[in-house]
Amino acid sequence: MKLTMTAAPHLRSGNSVRSIMLDVLIALTPAAIWAVVTFGIKALVLILVCTAGAEALDFFIIRFLRNKKSFRPDLSGSVTGLLLALNLSLAVEWWQALIGVFVSIAIAKAVFGGLGKNFFNPALVGRVFLLISFPVQMTSWFSPFDLQTSATPMAILKEGSSRIFSLQEMFLGTIPGSLGEISALLLLLGFGWLLLRRRVSPVIPVAYIGTVALMAAIFNGVNPAFGSPLYHILGGGLMLGALFMATDMVTSPMSIKGHLIFGVGCGVITMVIRFFGGYPEGVSFAILVMNAFVPLIDMVSKPKIFGKVKSNA
Amino acid sequence: MKLPTFRGGVHPPERKELAKDVALRILPLPEKVYVFLANHAGVPAKPVVGPGERVKTGQLIAQSNGFISANLHSPLTGEVKEIGKYYHPTLSKPDDAIVIERTSEDDWELLGPETSFEKLSPGEITERIKQAGIVGLGGAMFPTSVKLSPPKDKKIDLLVINGAECEPYLTIDYRYMLERANGVVRGTLAIMKALGVQRAVIGIEDNKPQAVAKMSEAVKGTGIEVRKLITKYPQGAEKQLIFALEKRVVPSGGLPLDVGVVVDNVGTAYAVYEAVEKGRSLVERGITVTGEGVKSPANFVARIGTMAQELIAFAGGSDEETSKVIFGGPMMGMTVPKIDVPVVKGTSGITLMKDTLPEEEFPCIRCGNCTFVCPMGLQPFLLNLYGSARQYDIAVENGLMDCIECGSCSYICPARIELVKNFKLHKKIYRSLKGGAKK
Repeated sequence: MKLTMTAAPHLRSGNSVRSIMLDVLIALTPAAIWAVVTFGIKALVLILVCTAGAEALDFFIIRFLRNKKSFRPDLSGSVTGLLLALNLSLAVEWWQALIGVFVSIAIAKAVFGGLGKNFFNPALVGRVFLLISFPVQMTSWFSPFDLQTSATPMAILKEGSSRIFSLQEMFLGTIPGSLGEISALLLLLGFGWLLLRRRVSPVIPVAYIGTVALMAAIFNGVNPAFGSPLYHILGGGLMLGALFMATDMVTSPMSIKGHLIFGVGCGVITMVIRFFGGYPEGVSFAILVMNAFVPLIDMVSKPKIFGKVKSNA
Repeated sequence: MKLPTFRGGVHPPERKELAKDVALRILPLPEKVYVFLANHAGVPAKPVVGPGERVKTGQLIAQSNGFISANLHSPLTGEVKEIGKYYHPTLSKPDDAIVIERTSEDDWELLGPETSFEKLSPGEITERIKQAGIVGLGGAMFPTSVKLSPPKDKKIDLLVINGAECEPYLTIDYRYMLERANGVVRGTLAIMKALGVQRAVIGIEDNKPQAVAKMSEAVKGTGIEVRKLITKYPQGAEKQLIFALEKRVVPSGGLPLDVGVVVDNVGTAYAVYEAVEKGRSLVERGITVTGEGVKSPANFVARIGTMAQELIAFAGGSDEETSKVIFGGPMMGMTVPKIDVPVVKGTSGITLMKDTLPEEEFPCIRCGNCTFVCPMGLQPFLLNLYGSARQYDIAVENGLMDCIECGSCSYICPARIELVKNFKLHKKIYRSLKGGAKK
């Protein structure tokens, strides 16, 4: 009998960072498969390049540049890579995607100190970098299956042109858009998995989507050209953003109250950009802006210490 | 009806089935016992016997040596061999113990004749509890008589008897409630009289329906209430227990008596009964020997100072693959480096676990789970950041000293950061920086 000494508690839940990341990857799989089904083999190439590239780069940086010999891949790189891929247009080339991966992993994540230390969602930083660097490819959208160049629902709203998509098309995912954003159904399915596994709290998505719906309802009531609440919920990147990007643990607040503030803030900024901004879509910017407020939100949303009469200064 | 509980908490595997149906067994008297002078919180007791002296069971061998201290009594009838250093299970280092070798069966020296608490005055009951060296048997080992003598300005109106037994694996309080219910009730009534309170509540988690039934039966006609609680760790932590039962909030840095409550463990109540009515000082206690590493888990009544080794042997011995021997349960207990370690008054169980290589740590991913489960409303990740950066003052501002060390945060953490281990260290450093108040 060889006895080891350990610190209490001697029981631990089966949770690990790796198992959380794996669950996120599983949750994104339906949307990723749908991207390949609708957009074909090039979508698969982009998804694989981003996911494998991000994991490999993350490993390289930690293992060799930071010289952590015991490091085993924790799948956080893959999550960033896959999310980035799902945010891309089919028009993006694989080498452009790799630049996005580099920005996400090496700049947005590693430079800040690696996993857990970054302020901004790495996949979104990568996406926005690509949007600015390759505006043409990043804003050319294709309709599913026939791969015709086509305006997204949000662009249609902005420019007031061509056909309006039905809510059913938007819900199921037969609309133009980025690889992973088009099917609300499959994204909800994936999020259901995360809820089932108790990996996330639904507060951020509910607050975010609720705020979008409320603002859309108000503006739509004043002027129907602003689009209906459901159109705003299903027509753009909101589902992908609210369910999988705004809920990123590292870059969101740490209390329920904080989640609420964060979600509402994301919703307001998204709608201000959609209504009044230069871009048809505002999800990425909204989340990134709110990411910057997380330390402040955390400060004002501390839970009450049991038995403390006055709030701690 | 929704059962009462508290905010936060976790649901570790309970594993009570290992030992819960094994009836209490009185462990045969050991040949030797090792009674630590530090068998209670506070100042170690002062020996009043020396090597070569003959002692009777229940005879005083070391005297309370301060306000927070307690008497020690001989667990055996025999001869004092030495006062030597032995590995102490909660101090985690060698410490002074009186070694007594048995020479015969028990020849008791009682504190007084058998009586009933009704015949004693409140003061006499408290004095008897003090003489008997009774301390909190839930694990904290705080001298019970001190709790029963609150400052004049604190009005106590409620006694809570803690039968939650939220610690996984352990089943000793459960067995006491099933098999020694009447003694627990008599002890409870005695403490009520000592405190002068009209109300007492026994709180039991709802995973022990038989104990609830048995205790409800036993309290009939006494006015003591038995209340079910949600099964959730740490339901038995006293601040959480008081909140669950009565919605009273013990203030930060305060004690239950600040909200008019005294909390005692089921085992303590039984010990009070034995002291007050049987005249027996505290020389034995109930100990669950359990875990995957022990062949036949059991619940023993064993003398203080018995080697864990002996208890394990009577539980069928240990499995070769046992990797941890824990004094107490798996959430708050402490590992020992060997099995020849004597039990103390606060040893509620010995848990032998197989398993677990040291687990891989990850960086904190700010998932917030530690915050969600903390029963004290703290932000463990934040305390850990400040503490690890040696910003102890800021950690304390954020509630470090409110941490009850239940381990829920470490249990849930997906990065497997040793949060509570760090907090214990940070608290210790902070206390010594602030001028060395002990504990």
